[in-house]
Amino acid sequence: MSTIVTDTHSAHDAHDHHDHHPKGIKRWLFTTNHKDIGTMYLWFSLIMFFVGGSMALMIRAELFQPGMQIVDPHFFNQMTTMHGVIMVFGAVMPAFVGLANWMIPMMIGAPDMALPRMNNWSFWILPFAFLIMLSSFFMPGGAPAFGWTFYAPLSTTYSTDSTALFVFSMHIMGMSSIMGAINVIVTIMNMRAPGMSYMKMPLFVWTWFITAFLLIAVMPVLAGVVTMVLTDKYFGTAFFDAAGGGDPVLFQHLFWFFGHPEVYIMILPSFGIVSAIIPAFARKPLFGYASMVYATAAIAGLSFLVWAHHMFTTGMPTFASLFFMYMTMLIAVPTGVKVFNWVSTMWRGAMTFETPMLFSLAFVVLFTIGGFSGIMLAITPVDYQYHDTYFVVAHFHYVLVSGAVFSIMAAAYYWLPKWSGVMYDTFLSKLHFWCSLISVNILFFPMHFVGLAGMPRRIPDYALQFADINAIVSVGGFLFGFSQLIFLAVCIKCALKKGEPAPAKPWEGAEGLEWTVPSPAPYHTFDVPPVIK
Amino acid sequence: MSTENHNPQKYYVPDQSIWPLVGAIALGLIAFGAGHYTIEWSKQEAGFGHYFLGAGLLVMVVMLVGWFGDQIRESRAGLYNEQLGRSYKQGMSWFIFSEVMFFMAFFGALFYARMIAVPWLGGASNNEMTGQILWPGFEAIWPLTTTPDGTTTQAMGWFGLPLINTVILVISSVTLHFAHVGLEEGKRQKLKVWLLITIALGLIFLGLQGYEYVHAYRDLGLTLDSGIYGNTFFMLTGFHGLHVTLGAIMMIVMAGRVFAGHFTKNDQFAFQATAWYWHFVDVVWLCLFVFVYVL
Repeated sequence: MSTIVTDTHSAHDAHDHHDHHPKGIKRWLFTTNHKDIGTMYLWFSLIMFFVGGSMALMIRAELFQPGMQIVDPHFFNQMTTMHGVIMVFGAVMPAFVGLANWMIPMMIGAPDMALPRMNNWSFWILPFAFLIMLSSFFMPGGAPAFGWTFYAPLSTTYSTDSTALFVFSMHIMGMSSIMGAINVIVTIMNMRAPGMSYMKMPLFVWTWFITAFLLIAVMPVLAGVVTMVLTDKYFGTAFFDAAGGGDPVLFQHLFWFFGHPEVYIMILPSFGIVSAIIPAFARKPLFGYASMVYATAAIAGLSFLVWAHHMFTTGMPTFASLFFMYMTMLIAVPTGVKVFNWVSTMWRGAMTFETPMLFSLAFVVLFTIGGFSGIMLAITPVDYQYHDTYFVVAHFHYVLVSGAVFSIMAAAYYWLPKWSGVMYDTFLSKLHFWCSLISVNILFFPMHFVGLAGMPRRIPDYALQFADINAIVSVGGFLFGFSQLIFLAVCIKCALKKGEPAPAKPWEGAEGLEWTVPSPAPYHTFDVPPVIK
Repeated sequence: MSTENHNPQKYYVPDQSIWPLVGAIALGLIAFGAGHYTIEWSKQEAGFGHYFLGAGLLVMVVMLVGWFGDQIRESRAGLYNEQLGRSYKQGMSWFIFSEVMFFMAFFGALFYARMIAVPWLGGASNNEMTGQILWPGFEAIWPLTTTPDGTTTQAMGWFGLPLINTVILVISSVTLHFAHVGLEEGKRQKLKVWLLITIALGLIFLGLQGYEYVHAYRDLGLTLDSGIYGNTFFMLTGFHGLHVTLGAIMMIVMAGRVFAGHFTKNDQFAFQATAWYWHFVDVVWLCLFVFVYVL
């Protein structure tokens, strides 16, 4: 066949081919399709969100009243640990990878991810990793109980045997993340359609490009540090033991060298999502596209130089504390650029308030609150007061729940019509938004006050003066938790195709290649590269 | 889809494959088995961990043979295009970058121990009292031959075996380059000879490394658990040795493919990736030699 004949031919039988895909369970087990894999990632992360969420509710039930009522302290510690691990590695990260899988190839005009088989491998590792992690609940001594940060010597000298399973499941989770990140970065570098230059890429693609770089840079460090925990506990090494010449603080340095870029891994894609949604519903192009790109890169670069702000109370020399304090406060500059740009995008825009926009607006406001408490925590002398209190819990839940999770919800509502071909249930989605918005603030805002008053985190009991606020927080927690069942209902309705058929471009002001293809997006989006003007 | 990829304009999307799922099962079995086996080994108990670990490794080998076999067949059938080749090369480069970061974690631990942890235990910086009260009489020196709790060991010198090993590994990088030049020039004989020499050098390196470990355990009392010096020594050289082993296996597979007539100037990704990996392992060794042995 000559080239020309093939071209007309493929344009003609594009229709026959598009929805032709393998049927049944094999479609999902052996797939190489970025949309199938993205869907599996998203459902997996939703399941893990409920698993981790039910652990959070266990914590809030125990903390509803002072004194010990429901669980014993060791089980409480298992709950705080596994809640953190599951939400970070099982819910938020896979959700972003799922979004990346679905959207990046469509946004850059690629047929699929660059390495589709490895893509499927990265996904299928996750269920096994979390089965292993959760199986440790049934071991003697129970699941890991040292906090998701697994500080030595809690995870070495004083941990139960579940540590070994924790370490190895972390290893394979890390492999999954690294492979996922390599796939994203190679897709973006190599699979862009002709004319799609770097500075024309949608910001979601840009933020994921930088996120993927962070993942490849720091997940191996996590692998290294869990390996040292394993050898310290089982093979007699003394990396984190002063008696052998090591130092428990070394653990914290290594962990947070991974951990701080990790928290940006969980927020940069959010920035990309919000930067797609706000212009769409403000009906104005994004204000300051280039500055958004540079701000994202600056945040990522700085993230490697701030890790010890988690460690101000470990007795570092003053000059080190000061260095990390100033570097941390510097991050407020590029982050401020972003918030400014989002607000400027809305300035004099023709705004409407569909559900994705509502979640994005809530993101901007509530994430900024989390950012402000972050600046407070960055100040070394006052951190001596805030360290390890509920103030810290309030801070990172504002950026992670009303930040990252809200942006994922916004993304889900924004792209559900494209994924499923039907519009989501508007009433349920608005109900979900308002219930979530109100309850998330009842849940996390009062934590600031008990934290400032000195209530420590990760302790199953507390002094009587914290009782009222803790009761309010717990009520907020249960309201927030059960509100998410509304989201589940919306997702299931869309998956069952119950709803108005969605047009190719359901949002008037939306921009981007993903809206040029029909809804639901065909199984293979682009057979030949689209040309970008 | 893969059958219609003669149009260079068209993208290549591979067919469905069973191997990713098999690989995930293998990793799951390995992680579960290794976890339980570690626990049982440390308690000297009988258990089921090693069965899972063994099964996982077996499935992993099956997966590697199957998956790479598919790749080689598809590549030989000419299904791949230039774009996919670029994706593979970029993917391999980023993988090597992730390996660099993995070693960084252990080098970081080494630098922290040498520059901060050990001096501070001896009372440096603002830790006067740590030295006087917690660990009186502890002397902060490197190599740390006497730990704060009194474990003693001997340091490994750099002259002799480690130096010979360094020379061997550097030469192996050069010989591998000659093999690659042979491939580029289409001189198959040159390619074969230099590749076999490289493999031999790699295996000699591993043999000498094993001999050095025996010497360390038997004669020097330098073991994995003899304080932070032994920890960093064995973890760094051990993970490096593991990478050399992997690299050697990769080169043996490449040799098999070369003798089967695979690879040309324009179709040599697997060979190239193996060569990159080998050079990377070589560079890591040079850092190791300087920071673990010499300084």
